Amino acid sequence: MLTLRGVAKRYATGTLAVQDVGLTIERGDFLALLGPSGCGKSTLLRMIAGLDAPSAGRLEWADAAARRDIGFVFQEPTLMPWSTALRNVMLPLELAGVARPEAEQRARQMLARVELAGFENAYPRQLSGGMRMRVSIARALVTKPRLLLMDEPFAALDEITRFRLNNDLLKLWQDERFTVVFVTHSVFESVFLAERIVVMAPRPGRIAAERRVPAEDRAAPEFRTSPSYAAHCREVSHALTDAMAA
Amino acid sequence: MTDNELLPEHHEPGFLGLSHTMWLRILAPSLIGLLTLGAWEWAVRYYEVPRYILPGPILVAETLVRNWGSLSVSLGITLQITFMALAVAASLGLALSVLFAQSRIIELSLFPYAVILQVTPIVAIAPLIIIWVDNIQVALLICAWIVAFFPILSNTTVGLNSTDRNLVDLFRLYGASPWQVLWRLRLPTAMPYFLAGLRISGGLSLIGAIVAEFVAGSGGRASGLAYRILEAGYQLQIPLMFAALVLVSGTGIAIFLALSLLSHLLLRRWHESAGAGDRR
Repeated sequence: MLTLRGVAKRYATGTLAVQDVGLTIERGDFLALLGPSGCGKSTLLRMIAGLDAPSAGRLEWADAAARRDIGFVFQEPTLMPWSTALRNVMLPLELAGVARPEAEQRARQMLARVELAGFENAYPRQLSGGMRMRVSIARALVTKPRLLLMDEPFAALDEITRFRLNNDLLKLWQDERFTVVFVTHSVFESVFLAERIVVMAPRPGRIAAERRVPAEDRAAPEFRTSPSYAAHCREVSHALTDAMAA
Repeated sequence: MTDNELLPEHHEPGFLGLSHTMWLRILAPSLIGLLTLGAWEWAVRYYEVPRYILPGPILVAETLVRNWGSLSVSLGITLQITFMALAVAASLGLALSVLFAQSRIIELSLFPYAVILQVTPIVAIAPLIIIWVDNIQVALLICAWIVAFFPILSNTTVGLNSTDRNLVDLFRLYGASPWQVLWRLRLPTAMPYFLAGLRISGGLSLIGAIVAEFVAGSGGRASGLAYRILEAGYQLQIPLMFAALVLVSGTGIAIFLALSLLSHLLLRRWHESAGAGDRR
């Protein structure tokens, strides 16, 4: 779907945020970018989204239309406080020129998919942190994007809410099979969610290793408490330690 | 997922639809007001203060009722100037701040002049404006506008510039036009700031109108409330002067309350400043 070749980002201040990143994202991937803060993983995600331009290297899209077909979930829910949950989810459709009745219908369906049916007319400040994040995910998915980019979306939530949203996200992905690039600094989260875990090292941000969690491992009952989950976590954790030491 | 529920809104026990805090907020200052008026009336009677020095509140009220016919005409004239000035200040302030938000260069080149306009005492330039502008109504309007417009301009400019960066990125990601960003993102963000500015400007446009009438009044051409205060002063009709003064203050309070209500109605569903049990 997308190949990054020699991608680098140097800010105007001279800081080299990302150096020589080569990475191929396949259709249907659930790929986690894992690394400590300051390893350029968010910058990389912003470049994939087209919000920042790389200062060197290039992004090669297999299908040029896909680069405009992106959903983005920020670390904060980033909702418009003056709009209801429904209107927030309708926004991408309305900006794309979809007629109001259709936009509304699709937004309602999407809210139901993230288990927020009945909360269409609630304003963000009436919703809990987890519910706001689900509105944000619904907004990102309402256009049925080919690529979903998520920038540490659950980092600000408590662990119980985070686990629940992890489950929900995984289920959505298994049902719809969009492509996900998920930025996180949690080893546990990356192993639970992603099939491909790209480990990044800081200063300058670069790719240090890649680990895979095969689908059949994840299919195990109670994956989160299984020995294979623990083994994967240990392995990824070592890769991260090596990356930080290098 | 069973924990879906709306966060509870703040609800206090109440009486006649108003919370106890609200009643306290109304009753406590009213009591102070009544006590002060009572003490004033008593002092005026006890010390037999002549009415041309200080009339008692009852006499002021009587004068207000007796002269309501002519006072209300003056009130209408002053209100007309006030509201026109407020409307022009609001629309021009809003338009200018939108212009500032679109172009940093325009903001940098014009904002200092808005500040100069703001810090120059209106009393000092009102005579000039009244000399330059033939139509007295227009001259008064300009004076009131100069006083009223800055809070709206500066507040709205801050509001337009405090847009959530992530939301701006989101709009960019979905290919929103600059017009869509302005209309659907920047203006709603600026709304609470604009309304806060409007509340300040409401009072200021009344002050501006009164000050300008005072200056113009010496020429005997204006006929608003300020002119009545001047006239009553010249003729030593102090109770009438007080009655006009009461009308001016009452109008200012009414404008403030009306704009507060407007702000509350527009923001109550989403903005923290207008939440239930808010403090102001």
